[in-house]
Amino acid sequence: MLGFIFRRVSVAIPTILVIITVAFFMMRAAPGGPFDLERPMPAEIRERILANYGMDQPLWKQYLDYMGSLAQGDLGPSLKFHDKDVGEIISEGMPVSLTIGLLAMGIAVFAGTILGSAAALRQNTSGDFAVMTFAMVGISIPPFVVGPILALVFGLYLGWLPTGGLDPRLGMTPERLVLPVLTLALPQIAIIARLMRASMIEVLRSNYIRTARAKGLSAPAVILKHAMRTALLPLVSYLGPASAAVLSGSLVIERVFQLPGLGAHFVDAALVRDYTVVMGVVIIYATLIITFNLIADLLYGVLNPRVSYDS
Amino acid sequence: MTTIITPDEKEALMKSAAVKGRSLWDDAMARLIRNKAAVTSMWVLGLLVVLALVGQLELWVHDYDFLYRDLVSAPPSLENWHLFGTDGQGRDLVARTLVGLGVSLMVGIVATFVSLVIGVTYGAIAGFVGGAVDQAMMRFVDIMYSLPFIFFVIILMVLFGRNIILIFVAIGAVEWLTMARIVRGQTIALKKMEFVEAAEAAGVSKWMIIRRHIIPNVLGPVVVYVTLMIPVVILAESFLSFLGLGVQEPLTSLGQLISLGAREMELSPWLLFFPAITMMITLFSLNFIGDGLRDAIDPKDR
Repeated sequence: MLGFIFRRVSVAIPTILVIITVAFFMMRAAPGGPFDLERPMPAEIRERILANYGMDQPLWKQYLDYMGSLAQGDLGPSLKFHDKDVGEIISEGMPVSLTIGLLAMGIAVFAGTILGSAAALRQNTSGDFAVMTFAMVGISIPPFVVGPILALVFGLYLGWLPTGGLDPRLGMTPERLVLPVLTLALPQIAIIARLMRASMIEVLRSNYIRTARAKGLSAPAVILKHAMRTALLPLVSYLGPASAAVLSGSLVIERVFQLPGLGAHFVDAALVRDYTVVMGVVIIYATLIITFNLIADLLYGVLNPRVSYDS
Repeated sequence: MTTIITPDEKEALMKSAAVKGRSLWDDAMARLIRNKAAVTSMWVLGLLVVLALVGQLELWVHDYDFLYRDLVSAPPSLENWHLFGTDGQGRDLVARTLVGLGVSLMVGIVATFVSLVIGVTYGAIAGFVGGAVDQAMMRFVDIMYSLPFIFFVIILMVLFGRNIILIFVAIGAVEWLTMARIVRGQTIALKKMEFVEAAEAAGVSKWMIIRRHIIPNVLGPVVVYVTLMIPVVILAESFLSFLGLGVQEPLTSLGQLISLGAREMELSPWLLFFPAITMMITLFSLNFIGDGLRDAIDPKDR
């Protein structure tokens, strides 16, 4: 097990290095820069600003400098917000994004598993049909349609929940999180319910389930103890891609509900060519996704004893 | 009570059974046709394609980029044929929705095709060559899976401008991974079949075996996956459009119309409603067709 974790981490680190490198050169290869204003500034001032950020150096030197300071945990200063460095921006946005993302993931796994298993147990009944219709709606309506509609109905017409904006000073109160988290979770609930239904149906037909029933086990025991464990395997391997989907979904959700999270920063920073902020967010997100994949792999082994980590 | 069959009748029965041999594909077709949701969706999709063509050929009474300056943000009405109303600049929403539908469908099809070509080639090679090459290729796919791709697409779109070709390529290049996995799995299963061994023994070249034996047999799952991929790609494009990185004005896509509509939904809800409904119908029908095809080709979940 420890060997497996070690091997995976030793693959993950070069992966992150490659991501950083690709992102770095991709941004520098593009036309335009962070200091291109509507009105061109005097060349002298421009040069001094560039020198201040080390951007007058050749590209390979800039890359090595960046990697060097990164190794010391320094993500550099923001090129647009003069009083902040990237670390500060990320530590401000991170709690919001992480709270929303983790809550949405938790809800999606919980609700999706229950809905999908229930549909599988009542296959081809009206209950099954209702769940599958809901799932179809969930994967067919984009979150940026669901979000505004929910905000319109619950916020404006019914007045139950506040519509938009998370004031950092007020903190993240539950009623402000309900709509964003639900909107983010909905497509994942739908996907997980479909996944769960298909795998549960397959498992329920297998011989060992018939044996368990034949030896007189109660229905809950058969399902929870025997069927669930196997049926969860496809869900576990979906957790990695799901985390990536939730993180990219948060880009939209944070915009729809005007939340001060990382995703909102990322798009804004990319638009104004704030290289260091873009890099910082990409690094954080890549690390998160890779970590989630690792956790999912480990969980897979816990559930499936046939997987051996010591090969 | 048993039914008595005379020898003549028996012979006739056996003859008709012999004539009506049913292949796996016939079975699949029969199952597909029995699936009402899928069949209805095909008709709906056909209608949507016709509507999209009407939009592309600008056959509708209004032009999609003409500004009716005296009819800004007008609600839907039968007068003047502004059936969906007009937007904030006085453009007819029916015409814009039709054009947007066309662009969205086109993005879906072209980007899916890009991912299909990459994924099938990659998966077939990995599965067929096998061994260390396969291991290396699939490890690469695993690593790619764990990348925050949408971020790279966003960086690309921001930096190199909003170019529709770039959208096709970027989305297609992102979405080929699952396709590669499916094709590889199928290829490995097929490789052990006798007819492939026979072809190998007969000295057929590797490339020829891939082309003549592997690819036709992998087609079933691939067709299903492609159908389910198109809605995903359409969503991905609308995701970019929502962030302001999609196709350029005055051209539009459903995602862009929806994001514009969402901004003005309190005062002009029709700007959100009609594009959103169009998109939902499109995605619904594509998903139903995909599910129907999957159940028809591989009926184990029914």
